[in-house]
Amino acid sequence: MARRPHHLLYTPRVPLWRNRTVRYAAYQLFFLGSVAWGIYSMFANAQENLRSRGIQSGFSFLYNTDSLFVISETMPVPVPEGGGLFFLVVLSGGVVGTWLLSRWAEARKIHMGDDNRLVTIAVGLLVILPGLVLYSTGHTIRSVEYIVPSTYGMGMLTGLMNTLKLGFFSLIFGTIVGLVVGIARLSSNWLVSLLSGAFIEVTRNIPLLLQIFFWYYAVLRTLPPVRQSLKLDAYLILNNRGLTLPRAVGTESFAPFMATAVLALVLIFYWARYVRRRQNRTGEQLPVFWPSLALLVGLPVVVWLLLGRPFTLVFPELRGFNYFGGLTLSPEFAAMFVSLVLYSGGFIAEIVRSGIQAIPFGQIEAAKGIGLSWGKVLRLVILPQARRLIIPPLTSNWLGTIKDTSLGVAVGYPELVAVGGTILDVSGHSLEVIGLTMLFYMLTSLLVSLLMNWYNTKVQLKSR
Amino acid sequence: MNKLFATLSASILLTAFLSTTALGGLISDIQSRGYMKCGVLNSYAGFGFLDAQGKYQGFDIDFCRAIAAALGTDLRYTNLTGKTRMPAVQSGEVDVVLMLVTETMSRETNLALDYPAVNFYDGQAYMVRKNLGVKSALELNGASVCLTSASTGEVNTADFFRKHGMSYKPVIFERIDDSNRAYNEGRCDVAMGQSANLYAWRATLKNPNEHVVLPEFISKEPMGPVTRGNDRQFTMAVKFIVHALMLAEEKGVTQANVEQMARDPKTDPEVRRMLGADGTLGPDAGLPKDFAVRAIKAVGNYGEIFENNLGQPTKFKMQRGLNALWSDGGLYYPIPFK
Repeated sequence: MARRPHHLLYTPRVPLWRNRTVRYAAYQLFFLGSVAWGIYSMFANAQENLRSRGIQSGFSFLYNTDSLFVISETMPVPVPEGGGLFFLVVLSGGVVGTWLLSRWAEARKIHMGDDNRLVTIAVGLLVILPGLVLYSTGHTIRSVEYIVPSTYGMGMLTGLMNTLKLGFFSLIFGTIVGLVVGIARLSSNWLVSLLSGAFIEVTRNIPLLLQIFFWYYAVLRTLPPVRQSLKLDAYLILNNRGLTLPRAVGTESFAPFMATAVLALVLIFYWARYVRRRQNRTGEQLPVFWPSLALLVGLPVVVWLLLGRPFTLVFPELRGFNYFGGLTLSPEFAAMFVSLVLYSGGFIAEIVRSGIQAIPFGQIEAAKGIGLSWGKVLRLVILPQARRLIIPPLTSNWLGTIKDTSLGVAVGYPELVAVGGTILDVSGHSLEVIGLTMLFYMLTSLLVSLLMNWYNTKVQLKSR
Repeated sequence: MNKLFATLSASILLTAFLSTTALGGLISDIQSRGYMKCGVLNSYAGFGFLDAQGKYQGFDIDFCRAIAAALGTDLRYTNLTGKTRMPAVQSGEVDVVLMLVTETMSRETNLALDYPAVNFYDGQAYMVRKNLGVKSALELNGASVCLTSASTGEVNTADFFRKHGMSYKPVIFERIDDSNRAYNEGRCDVAMGQSANLYAWRATLKNPNEHVVLPEFISKEPMGPVTRGNDRQFTMAVKFIVHALMLAEEKGVTQANVEQMARDPKTDPEVRRMLGADGTLGPDAGLPKDFAVRAIKAVGNYGEIFENNLGQPTKFKMQRGLNALWSDGGLYYPIPFK
């Protein structure tokens, strides 16, 4: 008779509440339960209080009610239906397809950028296919704009678009300013270094709201009234209502024109790729910049000459109080843009400086030692390494800048918080409007940090 | 808004129950106390402000003076804000509030307040630069308007322009100062505010004559003294005093001639009854017999109060407009004193 293992012969009768696993699981469950209960009771409490005070709640007001107030800056928003939906589906299909392709290549230990066929498939999925769809169905895409009367939901969306517009341009130009100033701060030229130092200290140490007011009133005070506008013929009209430009309206040759521009970009991509691979193989260098510029300008110009002008200009005209019919850059947007660019530029400059200074100086000396020009040292040695250190703090700064756009309400820029405030007052749905505003900011921030984290993992050192 | 009202009225009720003022006898309370407590503004040019000597002056202040004089008592002022004025009158902190409070249905019902009489009719209006050549708010199509966020003005403007098939470009600020400054810097063609507020603000601008307040009212704002809702005798007394000042203007009774008219047996019989020369109108209302004489002697009739504080001799140069007597095309139609 086989002997039973010892631990089965004697099974100690541990009570359930003294069982380690059970106890730890119970703690976790208890904690999770109390958090869930807390959230639920807050929610139920708010619901109950709203009901007892006779306050309506729910989100149906967003699309049921007509809003009659006017928003000063609106833009057309494409509707995801018909051609627009088709394009969206094809584009996201392309993104997913490319991602699957890269996973497939990774599993086979192929570096995707080295394989001609894979690169061509990716370009086809990401650019050519969506481009063809847009080319053939682009004219069916419908867009809506906030025009009185619209729904409150459309008002919120317009506020969001204004926030995104301001945030997008501020991020890009703020980063460029920060990069330039950050590098200039380390210049061996005493004056350049001093000036950029002064810029950094001034922009970083004055509260953003004050800077916004300063630029707003500085802008307003210098600009002339409408009747005495500064004009560059009819192309550029500057007054204290803003900068007004002619509006471009596409003609029949607009689509081929844009298509060749995209084609030029694809060709540039292939050319740059060819040059890089050739240099890796033979060490011989070919120019990239000038041929690219020639392609980008040349191809569309040829189409222009063959098919006629791709767009006509609609000139603004003075009617009563102001110029109508053009594109207007408002003083509110300008003041917000300038102050956000300078403010975030100051912070990013310090991030860039710290990133560069973290690189061992020997690397720079070595790069100079083999005879690279300063521009190449920067481009090939310093920035690629500094990038790894810059990106995490840069992400935080970008998130901050997006949220700082909410200060626009102080100078009358109709961003999300400002429009939300009006809707809140007119509709009375304060909880819903504030909740929705918070949700929009959170989604935008999460999207930005998702992209930046993805990029961050790409550029980090791969240690195995 | 409803929630705010609910919290506000709850706290008011609490203070009201805790306060020790005897119900129903505010006039005798004031008279035995020896002074009336008037809630006012101290920084609203023309209506309630402190002059160079630190004394309260203005249109609403004169009404405080008239009421106190009619009751035959001294007067003490309490400076209040928009948030504190309603609780103050509810709790008995002040006897009457005179600070351009607009009468609305919800204030009378939810806050249990009384509006004895209107002493100033106003409405939200627009101000523009004179060189635009605009004569009427109906010519403002396409104008840009400086507004304050979450104000009634925002909604009133949208309604007004829509009603008249016009478009406009709003520039909406968080605070009224910023909105005013932006108009001043030329950002907007149009500034909006209560008409009287616009006149008072215009007078403080660098060149007041370059700006003109357009005649159209965008909203209706009937304003007047506010009293507690549970003392009918005092509320009626305030009403009679305000109406006496208006009837005095209608019948030509002025600060200068009031005593002589009260003595003259040939005076209009209604005026004699109002001034207490005949009948018992005053005592029946719980007021001194000569309450109207005292009030008019203190500050003049309604027309004199308006002229002295807001009219042609002042920097505001305000027109009577709606605030004229019915016989002059205005809205004041004093009750018969009989």
